[in-house]
Formats: sequence, C-alpha cells, structure tokens
Amino acid sequence: MYYGVAFAIFVTMGLAMVRALLGPTVYDRVLAVNTFGTKTALLLAVIAFLYGRQDFLDLALAYALINFIGVLAVLRFFQNHQTDKTNTREE
Amino acid sequence: MAGVIDGLSWILLSVGGMFVFIGGVGTLRLPNFYTRMHAASLTDSMATLLILPGIMLQAGWSLATIKLLAILVFLLLTGPTASYALANAALLSGMKPEESRQTVGDKTSAS
Repeated sequence: MYYGVAFAIFVTMGLAMVRALLGPTVYDRVLAVNTFGTKTALLLAVIAFLYGRQDFLDLALAYALINFIGVLAVLRFFQNHQTDKTNTREE
Repeated sequence: MAGVIDGLSWILLSVGGMFVFIGGVGTLRLPNFYTRMHAASLTDSMATLLILPGIMLQAGWSLATIKLLAILVFLLLTGPTASYALANAALLSGMKPEESRQTVGDKTSAS
C-alpha cells in the first residue's frame, strides 16, 4: 500500500513540476514549488516506512521547515522586486 | 484488532493518495491562478491529514509516531500560512481574481 501512495505522490510531483515550468506568472511557479516541497516531506515520510529506515523522518521534518522558510523568502524577494514595475500581469 | 488497524490505515493511505493526485491534476489543469491555488492548498492539507495518520497507525506507539506528529503539526501550520502569503503577495501585485470566461462562455454559446 505504501507503493501506491508513493506512486501517487511521484505523479503529483511531476504534474507540479510541469506547472512550475509552464506557469505564466511567477506566483504560479512559487505555488508549484510549494506543492512540490510539501509532497517531498510526505514522500520522505512514506519512504521511511517503505524501506524501514526511520532516519528519513528527521529529513522529512527538516524539509517541511525549510520549504516554508524558502517560500516566504522567495515571496518577500519578489514583493520587493516588483514594487517599481507598474504592470506585473502577464496572461 | 491488528486487522482493523491495518484496514483503517489502508483506507486512510489510499484516500490520501487520491487527494494528492487530485491536487496535482487541479494544479496543472485549472484555468486561473487563484483556482490553481485553491486546488493545491486544500488538497495539501487534506492529504497531509490523511496520509500521516495512516502511517502513524502502522508505526504504533514509538518514537516514529512522535516524529510523524511533529511533521503533521508543522505541515498543518506552515501550509495554510504559505498559501495565505502567496495569495496576499499575488493580490498586492495587482493580480485580480476573476471568473474564467472560456469555460462558462463556451458552454452557453455552443448550445
């Protein structure tokens, strides 16, 4: 049963990566990367029990925290970066 | 008793995997940034809430359960916060939430 969940998470990470490559705006890309990071933490937790190596849970914990900090840092960067431009929409 | 716990964790894991997959498809295929964020953030929280307790039931009472609980708490705290920050940044940058025109309009004009 772990294989099914791991497969679903892998497929979703692939779809999120496609959205990160396609995404018309920068926020689409940040959203896709955020999804990717959350799914990485879930996948590490599943893999820890799939292969019986419980050290991976610490890695999943670290990934969950680093992902959050990373998304906030990227958002802050783009918020400061885009204040001087008038039009940021591209559709 | 072990069979019941196994079955419950199997159900939780498969439904969680389904939510993960639905979130991925929604992230890829929905027409608009806000709709995509809706699909991604909601299914993120739901899949976390389903998959990690499913693994917890397999782990039993051990240190792994406590680590899984910590991961669950952190993901549940940070996921909606990141979604809020993302939506706020997008709104502040001038991206307006609007209805998708082509899906509704095509259906009515084609019939």
